[in-house]
Amino acid sequence: MPRKEFDAGLGELTKLLEGMGNATEQMLKESIDALLQIDVNKARELIQRDAEINNMEERILDVGSKLILTQQPVAKDLRRILVAFKISSDLERMADLAVDVAKVVLRLEGQKLVKPLIDIPRMGETVQQMIFESIRSYLEENVDLAYKMSKDDDIVDQLYSQIVRELFTLMVEDPKTVSQAMLLTFVGRYIERIADHATNIGESVVFLVTGKRPELN
Amino acid sequence: MNTLIDIKNLNLYYGTYHALKDVSLTIPEKAVTAFIGPSGCGKSTLLRTLNRMNDMIAGTKIDGRVEITGTDIYSNEVDVETLRKKVGMVFQQPNPFPKSIYDNIAYGPRLHGIRNKQKLDEIVEQSLRQAVLWEEVKDFLKRSAFSLSGGQQQRLCIARALAVNPDILLMDEATSALDPISTLKIEELVQELKDRYTIVMVTHNMHQAARVSDQTVFFLNGEVVEFSETEQLFSNPTDQRTEDYITGRFG
Repeated sequence: MPRKEFDAGLGELTKLLEGMGNATEQMLKESIDALLQIDVNKARELIQRDAEINNMEERILDVGSKLILTQQPVAKDLRRILVAFKISSDLERMADLAVDVAKVVLRLEGQKLVKPLIDIPRMGETVQQMIFESIRSYLEENVDLAYKMSKDDDIVDQLYSQIVRELFTLMVEDPKTVSQAMLLTFVGRYIERIADHATNIGESVVFLVTGKRPELN
Repeated sequence: MNTLIDIKNLNLYYGTYHALKDVSLTIPEKAVTAFIGPSGCGKSTLLRTLNRMNDMIAGTKIDGRVEITGTDIYSNEVDVETLRKKVGMVFQQPNPFPKSIYDNIAYGPRLHGIRNKQKLDEIVEQSLRQAVLWEEVKDFLKRSAFSLSGGQQQRLCIARALAVNPDILLMDEATSALDPISTLKIEELVQELKDRYTIVMVTHNMHQAARVSDQTVFFLNGEVVEFSETEQLFSNPTDQRTEDYITGRFG
């Protein structure tokens, strides 16, 4: 088998992406948990953990670059590496956005939540599922799953609109809540952006499998 | 792009061996078309049918048509010498004549009746310039062609082919015996020449095909599996066998 080394390299890339996807999904989950509890220790730990995700992205860039250099891939092999670069970049941005949620937690230190958070955790769960499915669609090269996952972005957008509406009403009714409500609106925005990146991963999967670039957003 | 070479249902046999199977292909003019495929797939055989080099191999039998600008080159009326003047060829190993640089280039034009020294000088300079060799050899044209490096010798062979003013240039693994710099020079030369000539190249180097050609044909077991724009073939081939070959899964 002349491709032994090449296939081993591609296998390593896939494994790295799977690990990065799981780590990112976990960061989102924990950042929302930290928000619900206003757990600043947890938030600090998450902010530190971002470096690990950045390292994973660099590792993927290194392995992929080496494969391009030594194997001169074409066709689907080349797409596989290009897509790995793109997905790792999306995941890295998603992790940054989870860190932004954690930074909001730091700013809320010592405060009580102005309202019970219902839609933000719901949004978080939907987006977590999107990250999981986007990575699974990549691992299984499952275009149908990529399309199905990207449809959930509509649910996320609706939840985000609902959150914004609700928090604006709260701010109008009670100006003392403005500072915290603004921060919570930002959280909604961060999670909504994470969903967009998950949709980007779906697009990458379709490109990997078909060679065509769809618009899922 | 206009079609220059039109191959229709071409079958070629070496004795009982069926080397080309019902090949149909249209090759556009003033573009580079690359033939790729594993050893023994028929790509060099097809290249050699385009200037009837296979005529020299005993036991070769051909049916089907190979038309160049509408004329079937296998019809009885076609003069093979004239055909080969129109369809030049460069081989894997540089094969200069054991003559001076000048005489290597002037050989073809002399054979076709040009005797005027000034005219021959012009052809020699123009051909060497087209092959991007003039600046390197202009001061010692009387030196033996064997004094040149391998890469220079190959460009000399290209200049020699151009000296008889062909329409088509066939290149059969023309860079496989050369170092990377010489290969790059030939590839750049091909890019310049395609404005004036139709170039058909056989190459085992798929990245060369991807870099240099406009269209690529993938052959397997004497058949054309896929023929498309080079960018398309190397980025998203339509046939799984093409994908498997170019990604190194066989061959």
